[in-house]
Amino acid sequence: MSGKVHTAQRHDSALKHVTGQALYIDDMPEPPGTLHGALVLSRVACGKLVRLDTAFAASMPGVVAVLGPQDIPGRNDIAAIGKNEPLFATDRIEFAGQTLAMVVAESLDTARAAAEKVVVEIEAEEAVLDIETALARESYVQAPATIVRGDPETVLASAPHRITAEFSVGGQEHFYLEGQIAFALPGEDGDITVHSSTQHPTEVQHVCARLLDCDFNRVTVVVRRLGGGFGGKESNASWVAAAAAVAASHTGRPVKLRLPREVDMLTTGKRHGFDYRYTVGFDDDGRVLALDAVLAADAGWSLDMTPGVVTRALTHTDNAYWIPHFRAVGYACRTNKQSNTAFRGFGGPQGVVVMEDALDRIALHLGRDPVEVRALNFYAEGRDETPYGQTVDENHLERCWAEVKAGGELERRRAEIDAFNATNPVLKRGLGLFPLKFGISFNLPHMNQAGALVHVYTDGSIRLNHGGTEMGQGLFIKVAQVVAEVFKVDVERIRPSATSTAEVPNTSPTAASTGSDLNGWAAWDAANTIRSRMVAFAAEHFGVAEADIEFADGNVRIARPGSNQVLSFGELAKLCWLGRVSLSATGYYKTPKIHWDPVAMHGRPFFYFSFGAAMAEVAIDTLTGESRVLRADLVQDCGESLNPAIDLGQIEGAFVQGQGWLTCEELWWDAKGRLRTAGPSTYKIPGSRDVPPVFNVRLLDHAPSREATIFRSKAVGEPPLMLATAVWTALKDAIGAAGNGRVPVRLDAPATPERVLAAVEQVRRETRTAAP
Amino acid sequence: MADNVRFTLNDRPVEIVGVPPMTTLLDWLRDHRGLRGTKEGCAEGDCGACTVVLEREGRRDAVNSCIVLLGQLDGQSVRTVEGLRGADGGPHLVQTAMAEADATQCGFCTPGFVMSAVAYASSGGTADPEAIHEALAGNLCRCTGYRPIVEAMTRIAGLAVEPPPAPSLEARTGSVAFDGAFFAPRSLEELLALRSAHPDALLLAGGTDLGLLASRERKPPKAVIHLAHVPELAAISATADKITIGAAVTYEAAAPTLIETFPALRAYLSRLGSRQIRNMGTIGGNIGTASPIGDMPPVLLALEASLTLVSKRGTREVLLDDFFLDYRKTALAPDEIILNLSMPRLWEGETFHCDKVSKRRDQDISTVAGAYRVRIRNGKIEDARLAFGGMAATPRRAPAAEAALLKDGFAAAIAAIETDFTPLDDWRGSAAYRLRIAANLLRRLELRLAEPGRVLEVEAL
Repeated sequence: MSGKVHTAQRHDSALKHVTGQALYIDDMPEPPGTLHGALVLSRVACGKLVRLDTAFAASMPGVVAVLGPQDIPGRNDIAAIGKNEPLFATDRIEFAGQTLAMVVAESLDTARAAAEKVVVEIEAEEAVLDIETALARESYVQAPATIVRGDPETVLASAPHRITAEFSVGGQEHFYLEGQIAFALPGEDGDITVHSSTQHPTEVQHVCARLLDCDFNRVTVVVRRLGGGFGGKESNASWVAAAAAVAASHTGRPVKLRLPREVDMLTTGKRHGFDYRYTVGFDDDGRVLALDAVLAADAGWSLDMTPGVVTRALTHTDNAYWIPHFRAVGYACRTNKQSNTAFRGFGGPQGVVVMEDALDRIALHLGRDPVEVRALNFYAEGRDETPYGQTVDENHLERCWAEVKAGGELERRRAEIDAFNATNPVLKRGLGLFPLKFGISFNLPHMNQAGALVHVYTDGSIRLNHGGTEMGQGLFIKVAQVVAEVFKVDVERIRPSATSTAEVPNTSPTAASTGSDLNGWAAWDAANTIRSRMVAFAAEHFGVAEADIEFADGNVRIARPGSNQVLSFGELAKLCWLGRVSLSATGYYKTPKIHWDPVAMHGRPFFYFSFGAAMAEVAIDTLTGESRVLRADLVQDCGESLNPAIDLGQIEGAFVQGQGWLTCEELWWDAKGRLRTAGPSTYKIPGSRDVPPVFNVRLLDHAPSREATIFRSKAVGEPPLMLATAVWTALKDAIGAAGNGRVPVRLDAPATPERVLAAVEQVRRETRTAAP
Repeated sequence: MADNVRFTLNDRPVEIVGVPPMTTLLDWLRDHRGLRGTKEGCAEGDCGACTVVLEREGRRDAVNSCIVLLGQLDGQSVRTVEGLRGADGGPHLVQTAMAEADATQCGFCTPGFVMSAVAYASSGGTADPEAIHEALAGNLCRCTGYRPIVEAMTRIAGLAVEPPPAPSLEARTGSVAFDGAFFAPRSLEELLALRSAHPDALLLAGGTDLGLLASRERKPPKAVIHLAHVPELAAISATADKITIGAAVTYEAAAPTLIETFPALRAYLSRLGSRQIRNMGTIGGNIGTASPIGDMPPVLLALEASLTLVSKRGTREVLLDDFFLDYRKTALAPDEIILNLSMPRLWEGETFHCDKVSKRRDQDISTVAGAYRVRIRNGKIEDARLAFGGMAATPRRAPAAEAALLKDGFAAAIAAIETDFTPLDDWRGSAAYRLRIAANLLRRLELRLAEPGRVLEVEAL
């Protein structure tokens, strides 16, 4: 039997990818009469819309319609969880890039040319463009959120040592290679089918229905594959699809809306940038006694999914460490920028950096090894409750830490790097280690559910559908492996089909790393229902006990004394059909054990934790600030991996994406609030040369999940992104070596050459000042 | 002269009728030809998702189809991902290698990587990781972290691949014009006549800048004069004193001569654009667009390059020092073209170095680029030409630093650089950082000269 769980299986579309035969939405043949959309955007970051004159644009040859707020039959609101996030601005202008109108035309070029002819007048007002200003004005998209335990104030006041520090991290553009796109096809009676490059078909359905003022059952959303998502195609895909749907409904013709790269980057939200200020108290050994931290997120102009991002940042501020007295306050700052959104890690990456910064400073303050100080503070027995009340069980921190230190030859390399630094005034090398604990489950318990639909046909072929979307992460092959395992057939017999709201309804987004956890179990449930029916039928048909029926290697063995019988799986399927047994079933799963009180910020939000560890080595140039990652050693807990090949790809890809976030990827808005890094020529994601030349990645061996996850596997999508934190730590180590190694380093991310050089010069100044 | 664009697509001749010659190859493939394996990721030549292979002169060159205009393809041979076949009619071995290495996730960038890999493997590419990175610098992947792609490239390296078939089209001998707007002269004389008759037509060499008008801006030029077929512009010559590069010679074609003459350019050129860009882009174009952040002008300024400018009125030599007048403004007259550029060889005692600082090492535009020719004899600096990009509205020399260097040495030059430039703040770097970098690059130069061979760059570790 091929394609068993726990074996390396190639992505189900790999051959289609390499031959160019995999169809993305823009590759689908357009029916005759298809129209193309182009958006009209605000160039002003804040103000009042006083005039939107579409007359000339509408009169241009080939233009079919210019749509504005008045053309939306339902509510002009594309909010995912909040309210009043208009598709087309009506009055207030909230950011440069806000959508004002959409031209629909016979050709894409006509639509784009006409969009430029729409006359826009905006009375500009002063924009809030950074977190600091928003904090000063108490400009928030939601009330501050706090996780608190114990009495941090008192403990800090009496702690033997105390450090206060500040730093910041930038946002990150998703830069999925396939830009946002939707293709809406009107049907009869106001039905509409929307092909959307979305991670959240159900939300697309809901938002389209809200704007079209129709029942959900009129909107069918179909997703075969995305050319990358990373969180950027959750809420943002919904409004793109809704715009196409409104246009299709308005014109009665198919409408495709594909955002050119620049429009995509100007309109859609990104990873939240954060500013931090914290005070940490600790004892003489470096044990943390208390932490009081402020995490201020740049939410952009609207709520979008910021509450979840802030919650995850706060629930990951502890990272791997036991902090007896704890307070973390999360601010969601409202700025006149793109509304920031989900991005792989969803606030987790922005949470875990706090303690990494603090522990380096603690180690420096005490003259101790930062690696040891980290381990000293790990969650352990008796010190195993998170500040929000969840117990850290199945703790693999020590194991991951030991493996990464041994595999990375920590001691030898530390000595080698120190020797190098002692003799090289220009280039400096640095080492950074990072332990990871990451909570798996959506923070909102109700989102942790999934459905699946499995059909077995009378030739034994199987059609699989579930609510998860395939965006490159290999979800379809993993879930197919699960179904193959249930029926004990070759995985090639399973045909994964496009995600559709018409097949599995009321789904959660494919997000929070939960894709295979949720949909794997749902598909297992559906398949197992059918299998049970087949077994029951076969037992009766062949007159044996159910226990005497075995599925193996694509066959079904009927153990009868003296006359064992073997049928192919297809033969039994055919027999079942003749015997009038349903070979189709839905499956359903809800994650057990989880609960969360969003007011008290307390509960067990996560079904389980995923662990990992990383060690990175970097080099910096103290003349230019250029840096390079020379080596990375990673260990990632995947439970009993469903598919080690896919998981390896997730770990490597996530790490490099995290490295990009912390190093070369810089979003830059000008003084008027216009994003000026709105394309790959100015926004630099890592290239192949940026990947560490020595890149050792391993899955933690023999670590089946203690919780009842699907075949004891664990989620993998997001956790390894945070392993790249080791790169940031290593950069700080190298920068410190540019001074006397005794001066704390502030390094804001992304650590561009300019920031690295500034940090080097700061360290050197302070070293000189401190010198006797 | 009216005619249609003709080229070979996946071994079949095609003739373009009813589609403007300013249409990008990518748009034509996808919208007119229905070949949708080639993807648009950015429409600015930076992501490589649209990579196809040009089969020409016995080579396979990866190019970005989003910024190639149909008119440029006349007489060429194009292969797309749909045109790849293995010996058995199934997937090409490059395609199987990518699939087997788990080198695809979302798959959107994959056809572009496949085409870059085909170009690499079939041009004798080796398993050397440096060479592989150089070949992949123009392709972005957001999913895999590249490791498996590099592994697939390693597996296919060194595999004997048949040379590309010769284009099945007869070469044109005379000039042509497509749609009365895309002029493709085949002699210098015709070129000068066209330039004089159509002063508003844009000069098109490789199109790596101009192509963006059609792809990203969706405003294709009204008229262009294509320089690629004029033999005088495609010539490279070397004498005992100097080397001369035709203005329409691509970077890839010019590289061997440039690197042989000035070895410091090896690393520098490998970071200029990407393989796709260097296969199309020309040094003449880089000078003609007069971008303040072009990579070549500082190098050419430091090397005391001169340009030969030609018009129907005659020929003149202009030092590059005198060519850049202001932001995007040059000394080129409306009826003139750049014929070629010459660089004197290094004299005895002269060394040449150059640096580029950018956020990403590969395929990025420089925050600051510096190039320096220094003559040292008997331990004394006799002459210095220090040129920088990214520091002013045009690429420029640093006269104060040069003078200080000759008079008082490096410390003085480093101090003087502040008076040479008043750079701007932008997304590539603040003015203060740029000034600091320019000064520190001089410090790097000092260390280099003092201790040749010493490792001074992170990339060398």
